[in-house]
Amino acid sequence: MLFQQLINGLTLGSIYALIALGYTLVYGILLLINFAHSEIFMMGAYFGVFSLMIFEKLHIFQGAPFMLVACALAASMICTGLLGVIVEFAAYRPLRNAPRLAPLISAIGVSIFLQNFMMIVVSPESKTFPDTIPLHVYKLGGTASISSLQVIIIVVSVALMAALHLFIKYTKMGKAMRATSQDAETAKLMGINVNMVISLTFFIGAALGGAAGVLNGMYYGSVKYNMGFIPGIKAFTAAVLGGIGDVRGAMIGGFVLGILESLGAGYVSSAYKDVFAFVILILVLVFRPQGLLGRKISNKV
Amino acid sequence: MLKVENLHTSYGKIEALSGIDLEVGDGEIVTLIGGNGAGKTTALKTIAGLLRPGKGRISLEGRDITRTPAHAIVRLGVSLSPEGRKIFPDLTVLENLEMGAFSRPPGDIKRELDSAFSIFPLLSERRNQLGGTLSGGEQQMLAIGRALMSSPKLLLLDEPSLGLAPKVVETIFDIIKKINAGGTAILLVEQNANMALCTASRGYVIESGRIVLADSAASLYGNERVRHAYLGVSD
Repeated sequence: MLFQQLINGLTLGSIYALIALGYTLVYGILLLINFAHSEIFMMGAYFGVFSLMIFEKLHIFQGAPFMLVACALAASMICTGLLGVIVEFAAYRPLRNAPRLAPLISAIGVSIFLQNFMMIVVSPESKTFPDTIPLHVYKLGGTASISSLQVIIIVVSVALMAALHLFIKYTKMGKAMRATSQDAETAKLMGINVNMVISLTFFIGAALGGAAGVLNGMYYGSVKYNMGFIPGIKAFTAAVLGGIGDVRGAMIGGFVLGILESLGAGYVSSAYKDVFAFVILILVLVFRPQGLLGRKISNKV
Repeated sequence: MLKVENLHTSYGKIEALSGIDLEVGDGEIVTLIGGNGAGKTTALKTIAGLLRPGKGRISLEGRDITRTPAHAIVRLGVSLSPEGRKIFPDLTVLENLEMGAFSRPPGDIKRELDSAFSIFPLLSERRNQLGGTLSGGEQQMLAIGRALMSSPKLLLLDEPSLGLAPKVVETIFDIIKKINAGGTAILLVEQNANMALCTASRGYVIESGRIVLADSAASLYGNERVRHAYLGVSD
């Protein structure tokens, strides 16, 4: 039971971690909680469905399920990435020098807009996520088992996070992102085009959120216009838990939250599973507002 | 090299620069001295493109850069080492220097790095240390080294002596002269008028957003008003 809950938690946690990265990257650079991010996640799931439908119509990648998933994932990530850039350009950039509350309200506006847009244009009903990967269940000794879907979700998430880590740590643009998040004005003096770095940050954050959307759609088998809300808030909790603005913190926070939620669902009651995340959010805000890896605000970079 | 004409810059409704004119010639060290809040930093930030002037014109080698954004001005050969050093605290010394060379093609970075390390051997020893863990003097060296990484024609230095021990200040000014001897023009903003006037060939005195005196460093040094207000001589 414990082992099984850990596997479920790891699956859930990797999705939370991917979404949480989007919150934390944007916060790190603009000090903005991008409340539209949960809808980017939702759009990612839809882009995944649409690309799978298109691939089926065109008869490409049929009979090659892994290729199919990889391409749907890539297509969705590119679309959500661009959507993230557009959202920043249209809703946040004009408010760059406005009081902090203004872009926050703008973010909530984008969130409401995207939800209603999908509800009206696509459907208010939930949509089935096409079958892709043949479902295998692997026994892991005792009563624990892991499904092919869970393996894919964990592997893809970890691979994306590793890629992000390497990008931020070692590439020129990754270093420029870190420099900009520490001191945007000085970054300009280095010759860094800060607006471009901000666009790039939104692209990466949204693309990761989109990937999470596709994985989430595959896992639960359906997508809906309002599917982003709960995972979005939980991922935000994960980002706060890890220390918002801190990339490693978001990853760790996501996994910790997913595992705690699964353990809670398994050992206490699955009816209360959403409660755990928010209890954790409250506890973190009260006792360690800077999060696990975050530093006190005076040190905020 | 640099020509600033009738420059006005405001923060909201408060005018910090009320029409200043100044020039820096090729290979020259020029200093801008003045008290707190006189507009020295504002002048440098406006030249570097961080602030938008309300009126006036800034030109670099005859080319108008008044409205050029900061990141593009670096590419034209002007580099600012900001007041308070502004080291990226969570980047290593090496990464801080690499950021300074952001505008340079990757092939040139190695050469710039070697030349920065030859001016500041200490930075080479500390290359893998985080910027935030350096002492004030080391941070100032890193700030200047970082500004040099873009191999500027004109280096803008904002209060390089701020908060440093007198001995370290001397080291920093020696390095400034050395950098200048390599052909880089320097516009030096200082509250430490004594050191600044000993280093520069010409100087400007700024008060409440206006240039009130402009002369050779030697005559400013001898000027009664300057001696009284900025050199602390009261005879």
